[in-house]
Amino acid sequence: MSFAAFLFYAFAALALLSSLGMVLNVKNTVAGAMWLVVTMISLAVLYVLLDAYLVAVLQIMVYAGAILVLFLFVVMLLNLRSDAFAAPRSRATKFVGALVGVGALASFLSLLPGALPRVVEVPASFGSYRDVGLTLYRSYVVAFEVASFLLLAAVVGAVVLAKRRLD
Amino acid sequence: MVTELEWLRWIPLLPGAVAATHGVLLGLLRRPLSRGATIFLSCGAVLGSFLLSLAALWQLISLPEGKRFLGDTVAPWIGAGRFSADIAFSLDPISAVMILLVSGVGLLIHVYSIGYMDHDLRDDKGFPRFFCYLNLFTFSMLVLVLADNLPLMFLGWEGVGLCSYLLIGFWYSDRWNAYCGAKAFVVNRIGDFGFLVGIFLLFTAIAGVLPPERANEAVVFRQIEAVFPLIAEKTIQLPHWLGWLPGAPEWKLATLIGLCFFVGAAGKSAQIPLYVWLPDAMAGPTPVSALIHAATMVTAGVYMVCRMSFLFAEAPGASSVIAWTGGATALFAATLALVQTDIKKVLAYSTVSQLGYMFLAAGCGGYSAAMFHLLTHGFFKALLFLGAGAVILALHHEQDIEKMGGLNRFIPWWRPTHLCFLVGVLAIAGAPGLSGFFSKDEVLLAAYTAEHVPGHRWLWGMGLATAGLTAFYMFRLHFRVFFGAPRMKDAAKHAIHEAPSTVTTPLVILAVLSALAGLAGLPQLYGDWLQIANSNSLANFQAQALASAHVHEVPHVVEIQLALAAVSVATLGGLTAWLLYLRRPELPEKLAAALAVPYRLLRDNYRVDEFYDRVLVSPLVWISERVLWKGVDDRLIDGVAVLGTARSVQRLASHGLKYAQSGLTQSYLVLMLLGATAVVAYLLG
Amino acid sequence: MVVPLTHVIGLSAILFAIGTIGALTRRNLVVILMSIELMLNAVNLSFVAFARAWGGVEGHVFVLMVITVAAAEVAVGLGIVISLFRNRDSVDVEDVSLLRW
Repeated sequence: MSFAAFLFYAFAALALLSSLGMVLNVKNTVAGAMWLVVTMISLAVLYVLLDAYLVAVLQIMVYAGAILVLFLFVVMLLNLRSDAFAAPRSRATKFVGALVGVGALASFLSLLPGALPRVVEVPASFGSYRDVGLTLYRSYVVAFEVASFLLLAAVVGAVVLAKRRLD
Repeated sequence: MVTELEWLRWIPLLPGAVAATHGVLLGLLRRPLSRGATIFLSCGAVLGSFLLSLAALWQLISLPEGKRFLGDTVAPWIGAGRFSADIAFSLDPISAVMILLVSGVGLLIHVYSIGYMDHDLRDDKGFPRFFCYLNLFTFSMLVLVLADNLPLMFLGWEGVGLCSYLLIGFWYSDRWNAYCGAKAFVVNRIGDFGFLVGIFLLFTAIAGVLPPERANEAVVFRQIEAVFPLIAEKTIQLPHWLGWLPGAPEWKLATLIGLCFFVGAAGKSAQIPLYVWLPDAMAGPTPVSALIHAATMVTAGVYMVCRMSFLFAEAPGASSVIAWTGGATALFAATLALVQTDIKKVLAYSTVSQLGYMFLAAGCGGYSAAMFHLLTHGFFKALLFLGAGAVILALHHEQDIEKMGGLNRFIPWWRPTHLCFLVGVLAIAGAPGLSGFFSKDEVLLAAYTAEHVPGHRWLWGMGLATAGLTAFYMFRLHFRVFFGAPRMKDAAKHAIHEAPSTVTTPLVILAVLSALAGLAGLPQLYGDWLQIANSNSLANFQAQALASAHVHEVPHVVEIQLALAAVSVATLGGLTAWLLYLRRPELPEKLAAALAVPYRLLRDNYRVDEFYDRVLVSPLVWISERVLWKGVDDRLIDGVAVLGTARSVQRLASHGLKYAQSGLTQSYLVLMLLGATAVVAYLLG
Repeated sequence: MVVPLTHVIGLSAILFAIGTIGALTRRNLVVILMSIELMLNAVNLSFVAFARAWGGVEGHVFVLMVITVAAAEVAVGLGIVISLFRNRDSVDVEDVSLLRW
């Protein structure tokens, strides 16, 4: 196994474990958010190993750096500690939910061996900012503009929703 | 073989068009025509039909004997597989006689109605409606008579039944009248069912032996007659539970078909057991009774039997049934007419009785005698009804003869109302020289010589007894109305007057016809005496169309003996009536008291209506109401099928489906994911 | 590629499943939103892997779109959570079930 492969498997394991940590953590919501940060960063490393350099950087900057920080702000604003809730209305839902998740996994995994294509060689500039940028601003500029509108709408919506009442 | 005559279709279509005009104006646009316009159009249409009928007869006569057919095909009508029928009219000797009777007597009655309906106090807006219905009736009857094929004849058949209903219940604001109209229609319908079954059987039998391209020859009368020998000898096997019928287990197919057709004729022409509608049909205006229930509609059954005479000639069983039913009805109805007190009911039962005579003749093979009696009866019965109408008008709508009497002091015998009525009474009683005498003798002769009908001598005896009874009750009627002491209220006495000329002129014309029509069918016996060769013009003219297999020649001596027997019986009846109602008027009450039980039975019309009600009508109504309506319709269809499905859907939703809307986000998420997985699985797999 | 494509896709599938289980099982609204983020990340990994396998940068472009959408969604979603908390004083997902029979 090459060093890159070893790195890959290591960080893959880390991503798995930290995601489990986030999901299974009931006592401390902030800790859960931190676990998610670890997952994000591990995924960023995986992206680098897959020649997706721009995406990896953006993952750290936007996802781990902005989105999860936002999560943490909200958690701290609402002063959420642990999940101390009333009795659940229906236990069956949880069970079914877990089952559905496992079932989805099983079905995906069962499809794996036969369906995948062959891997091609890529040039050295693959995944760099130049490469992605050219494709983005040439072929997918409409999608880009629409995405900015989406962000505008989200900003407006967030402000409206979180505002205190004007009374 | 058939000569085309383009304007033949206008004979029925003229009154039909006027009826349609009235219908559109009255029914859709609600603007009735004025009295003058109604009279002009309606009477004009029937006059036109009459003149065209005369012209058509002239054309018919000019054709050589044996080839007298005139035809007019208007349009194709039904085309369904092997079965096809056209709207086509045809004229041959018997239908020529009929159309003259229908349009001629119809014209006289239209004129009479102008005067009669003017005096109608109950509904003076009925004038255009009445003439519309009369025209519609004339149209239907002419279609029936002129029809070239069975389905078109059935159309006319149904049409006259409908018009009978409309006209009997003309003054429908009185519920009883509406009920009588409905009764006539329903009883007719029962007969129509038999008629239809007969048509189907005939078509199936003939189409079964012909190649497919010739299948439509099974409906046109001439063609049925031509191919009939192919199936004349066919027999059918009766099911073993019918083994008690005479002639079982094998019956001629022709007999079965003939019986089915006769059921239709019995319904339309008021024979036992379907006669019950005719006495109640007197609830309609008198011109209606004269036209429909004396001269035209009720004769449709006789016409149909004569039209299919080639069939009945091959079906001795059916012919015997017809003869015996006719004879029994004649006697039965005559007994009932003895005790009636409503002037129109006497004439109604008399009509049933005379129709019985016609069927008696037809069953015994004397088809031309039946047609002859049909013709003369049309004249004198219409005359009697119209005369009764004039009497009713004179006494301001009084119909009970117990409240009449002594009318001859106010309307002497030489006034049209009295004189014409007397002529009618004499004609129906069979006074020698008048038309009824000749036609009745022909009927009795046919019964006397009908070897193929079992017990035909008994039938002759019944016919003879009926003749006696007829003379008795007709003279009873005449004496009670016109002679004796006046029994009406004093106030009414002062208002008695003769009827207007529109009423009396038709009476006079009909009286003349009743007197002289006998010359048309003068039996050869008298022809020889008067030295006229081939004197029975009617029979000779119609011989082309009527089967004559069973006509027996009898020596003139026997004929004279039979005639004398009939005359003496009639005279006996007349004298008895004179005795009981003029000489010793206290006798009838004493007789009624002495023979209380039979008298009661007769007064109750043998309780036939009650019997039908108990056995047929009430169970049917009970089933319709309790079983079919409350049980099936209410509980089953409404309850289970309609409301039940709605309720079960509602219950399904409120007790089952609503729990899916739990409000729990994560439940919804589960469902969404399951759905998405299913879609992906479908797309991938 | 450093590892066979199968392995990467398998990892992505497992991460997605973990995210699904978290979204369906946890009752804390914030944790649910975080689980959804995890699911989106798993999908991003898939896109990147396929982009590398087929040599097309479109996969990276799509990943950018996914990140954008995730950002927008989180902003609005957390705004809703804050509103809900202000009204009900709870972030339990079972407390927001008024739309029921």
